[in-house]
Amino acid sequence: MKQKTNKEGMTLIVKTITRLTVLLIVLYAIYITLHGHLTPGGGFAGGVILALSFVHVVIAFGKDFVMKKFSKEILPILESFGGLLFLIIAVLGFIGGSFFKNVFGVGKSYNLFSAGQIMPSNIAIMLKVGFGMFSAFLCLILFVHKDEDK
Amino acid sequence: MLPLFVILPLFSAFIISIFGRVNKYFGDIFANFTNILLVFISFLTLYLLNINDLSAITYNVGGWRLPIGITLVVDYYSALMLIIINLVSFFVSVYSISYMEKYTDKTKYYVLFMLMLSGMNGVVISGDLFNIFVFLEVASISSYSLVAFGVESEELEAAFKYLVLGTIASSLILLSIAIIYSYASSLNLAHIALIINRLPVEKVLLTKFVIILLIVGFCIKSAVVPFHSWLPDAHPSAPAPISAMLSGILIKTLGIYTMTRIIFNVFFVGEDIFKLVYWLGIVSMLAGVIIALYQLDYKRLLAYSSISHVGYILLGIGLGTPLGILGGIFHLLNHSVIKSLLFLTSGSLEYSLGTRDLLKISQTNQRLPITKFAMLIGSLSISGVPPFNGFWSKLIIIIACVQSKKLFAGFVAILVSVLTLSVFIKVLKYGFYKKSLIEGQEQKSIEVKDVPFWMKFSMLGLALLCVFMGILIFPNIRDVLLVPASDILARGYEYSKIVFMNK
Repeated sequence: MKQKTNKEGMTLIVKTITRLTVLLIVLYAIYITLHGHLTPGGGFAGGVILALSFVHVVIAFGKDFVMKKFSKEILPILESFGGLLFLIIAVLGFIGGSFFKNVFGVGKSYNLFSAGQIMPSNIAIMLKVGFGMFSAFLCLILFVHKDEDK
Repeated sequence: MLPLFVILPLFSAFIISIFGRVNKYFGDIFANFTNILLVFISFLTLYLLNINDLSAITYNVGGWRLPIGITLVVDYYSALMLIIINLVSFFVSVYSISYMEKYTDKTKYYVLFMLMLSGMNGVVISGDLFNIFVFLEVASISSYSLVAFGVESEELEAAFKYLVLGTIASSLILLSIAIIYSYASSLNLAHIALIINRLPVEKVLLTKFVIILLIVGFCIKSAVVPFHSWLPDAHPSAPAPISAMLSGILIKTLGIYTMTRIIFNVFFVGEDIFKLVYWLGIVSMLAGVIIALYQLDYKRLLAYSSISHVGYILLGIGLGTPLGILGGIFHLLNHSVIKSLLFLTSGSLEYSLGTRDLLKISQTNQRLPITKFAMLIGSLSISGVPPFNGFWSKLIIIIACVQSKKLFAGFVAILVSVLTLSVFIKVLKYGFYKKSLIEGQEQKSIEVKDVPFWMKFSMLGLALLCVFMGILIFPNIRDVLLVPASDILARGYEYSKIVFMNK
């Protein structure tokens, strides 16, 4: 029980493993998102995995460590940017004559860059879901923090 | 042009969320500008319907044709709803410029407000069952957070209650959508109507089950009496502009608009479903007004009165005759304006006097001329005093009751109207004429600050609407606006033909 001396986060083992795996998890989230139109998954699943990777860091290293390096003001901005991006992709359809029209080239089937607007939409959804979920998690842990202070 | 009703408020919500912290007034200016644009577009839609002599405008999202893609449909009923939603929300957002100063985070307020508005506009324009559900959830979830906006314990409790009941309603609606999809293989309202029409007789029981599920879901959303328990907590706890939005338009858009659209235009329900709606209407009229009689909290009183007036609308619609439907729609429009006005006055009283308890209001020697004027107009209007708009719609509903030989309903409608008058006489007594009427009370002369200009502006604007909306019933104007709107419901199955013709 040596971690009692270091109140931040969990044991050294967990911290080291987290350092190794967290980038892989982010990479997996990006993979799931970009291949959304080819394999099972997509923006929502990718966003959830992205949020879980951040949650992983927060749990392993403790919330104060994370809050020092990371301004929580940026979260709603990134989240809204995801929503705005999705809306802009939809509005771009007006060029082709209709709302949500697929104006990007459809490409060859089963290629990575195919299916037009689906991939950018997936990226937008990933931003929205990932940062939205992470800010919900942060809100929950910050609220507990205030309660303990009383 | 129709997608703009969803695009503009969503765009404004995200932009305010990103740039809202740059400048203190960014949210105010951007939200109000969007609202003005939306009011303009909604009037333009009505104008286009009228000038092209169309029954409905349709729009295929993504260029996909009708049974496959998502279709947006606006007919006269939806166009009137769009006008009333955007007009009321314009006045409410103007009102919030000054009122919301006392809360800490105005930016978040405008973001949620705009999301709620886009949800409501989306419900009205979509001609697709699943899109109705999605937009209904957008509007509901934003309204849950707006009810809890003050984050006091009372508000959080009310929001939690609203959240639980609203989620039950949404699950029932989703379940019924799943059942409909399983045997109609389509989600488009017009296409479902076509398929159901060819359905063999033995599946009618299933249709009835689905309709009951939908009616229960939408009744929870619109707080009809057996399902009303969330409303008297949620509406008073929200900030006053949000109470005006919730009570004025949210319960009507999410509950009554969707319910009427489905029971008239999609399923061709028999006499028994209309009878159910009719009895729900009568019960909520009576229960709402009787509970409102002994309320002393001004906002809670208004909330119960909302329940009673939703009952009026359901009574008119449940009669099933063209005149009854016309009366129901007209009362829906009128009540949106009146109840928003009354909730805004309650906000002004709270802003100036710091209380919404009628007894405490009567103890202060306050002079708030514009607020009192608006209160007077709203009270007279809601209790059906002749020159104002509330009188005409109640009159039509009562005439429709008598015409369809339902004298009991007509009697109840008159009784509830009289009881509403007595409720609002109580409000006026405590609000105005306390000197001569209430004895043995020390009048505290406290200095009160009068409400700012923008709050006066929106109250006066809604009061003017209250006075002049009665002209909608004059024969020439009625034939252009209200008759086509009730016609589209009364013609039932024709709706799908109109939509398919327009593709």
